[in-house]
Amino acid sequence: MALDKNITTRWHSSDILLLGGSAGSFKLLFNIVRFLDGDLNKSVIIVMHRKRNFASEVEKLFAQHSRMHVKEINDKDKVDKKTIYIAPPNYHVLIEKGGSFALDVSEAVWFSKPSIDITFESAAEIYKDKCTAILLSGANQDGAAGLLKLRNAGSLTIAQNPEDAELPEMPQEAINLNAADYVLSTEEIIELLQS
Amino acid sequence: MNVSTPGLSAEQVTEIIDLVRKVHGFDFSDYSKASLKRRLTRVMMIKKLEFYDLKHVLVNDPDFFQDFLEEITVNVTEMFRDPTFYKALNTQVIPYLSTYQHIKIWSAGCSSGEEVYSLAILMEQSRLKDKAFIYGTDINTVVLKEARKGIYSYRAIKSYAENYQMAGLKGTLTDHFTILYDAATIHSELKANTLFSVHNLISDTIFNEFQLISCRNVFIYFETQLQEKILELFYKSLAPHGFLCLGSKETIRSEFFKKKFKAINQKENIYQKIGS
Repeated sequence: MALDKNITTRWHSSDILLLGGSAGSFKLLFNIVRFLDGDLNKSVIIVMHRKRNFASEVEKLFAQHSRMHVKEINDKDKVDKKTIYIAPPNYHVLIEKGGSFALDVSEAVWFSKPSIDITFESAAEIYKDKCTAILLSGANQDGAAGLLKLRNAGSLTIAQNPEDAELPEMPQEAINLNAADYVLSTEEIIELLQS
Repeated sequence: MNVSTPGLSAEQVTEIIDLVRKVHGFDFSDYSKASLKRRLTRVMMIKKLEFYDLKHVLVNDPDFFQDFLEEITVNVTEMFRDPTFYKALNTQVIPYLSTYQHIKIWSAGCSSGEEVYSLAILMEQSRLKDKAFIYGTDINTVVLKEARKGIYSYRAIKSYAENYQMAGLKGTLTDHFTILYDAATIHSELKANTLFSVHNLISDTIFNEFQLISCRNVFIYFETQLQEKILELFYKSLAPHGFLCLGSKETIRSEFFKKKFKAINQKENIYQKIGS
């Protein structure tokens, strides 16, 4: 299925790509990271639910297979273009005015730290309509409310087709909240991000 | 369970900061704005207050401020949070500390005491407990009370078991507690050489000289210029060659203080003071 022109235009004009994933999203995230162009002039921010004490393996794996620069977020890091940022386990990631990361160790949201909602919501406040955000597979409701905020702020919002997702609850909740501009299959997501 | 909904504008956040400073003498102006705004929104939600009500109670209800302070500051912590940090302390710092006659440790921003007792356990296992003294400070008197008690929920303690194992320590974490129903009380020997007191990193000064200062996941709430001010306080509070431990995602950003501290473990952000 060909993607409509509106969606590709909006993707091309965004500065930030936000990816939120939980259980069952790893494979697709890994593929996205592999396929993203090394010259992609955007900041990619990945918020992925994972266990608190197993940090660096994912970064290493992503860095080995990506053509972009991959970095685990440190507090107060500037949000640079052409870089993939990964939310560290056991921290929430917020974005400050002026474009730097601020970490937070406060209560888990939807039993999750990092919380996708927190980063999406913060990005909506700072970047308004400058983001493309995609919510992937997961077994809880984290990310849907944040995705809605992004949509209301004018950003391009996408939910992975729940039928494609290993665990449908997370993208399904986004659809239920009417938070997604588009519902795309796994292949369409990859196609869009490579366009 | 939902994240904040009512939006506070940047101006409203500034208004609250000014009010709190004028009325209560607590200065949040150099706090990281993104998290502070989220905390303020959260307080408003929990207490069911609109912006104007919040201002009203901050001025007119003297008891409200303690509550406010408790909610605004983040008090989430774990025992042996970041086990690899404790491993690094054990192998890179403890051997050095063991050569001192007395070891004074400051856990700055200690919240309900989990880090202080983690360090106490580490000292005990290194047979340094008798010459070590650990100070825990926080701006929040409510959490300090909990810290002094040293009583945690058994469930919470059990959830730190993995941290403990991964830190490479002997036995299990529960060995250091007396368990009664859901209450886990830290052994009194571990409490013996600890002292908890109020200290505000922003407005209070040096109160002792330390061989090790641990201030982890506090800097994330401060803007860089405030971090620099507090680094100066830490630098002056450290004995020659004393150690400073920051959170695993916090680094020394100040060019000036990068020259005053040597990173002895870049990944865990453990630094040693250079000069005196």
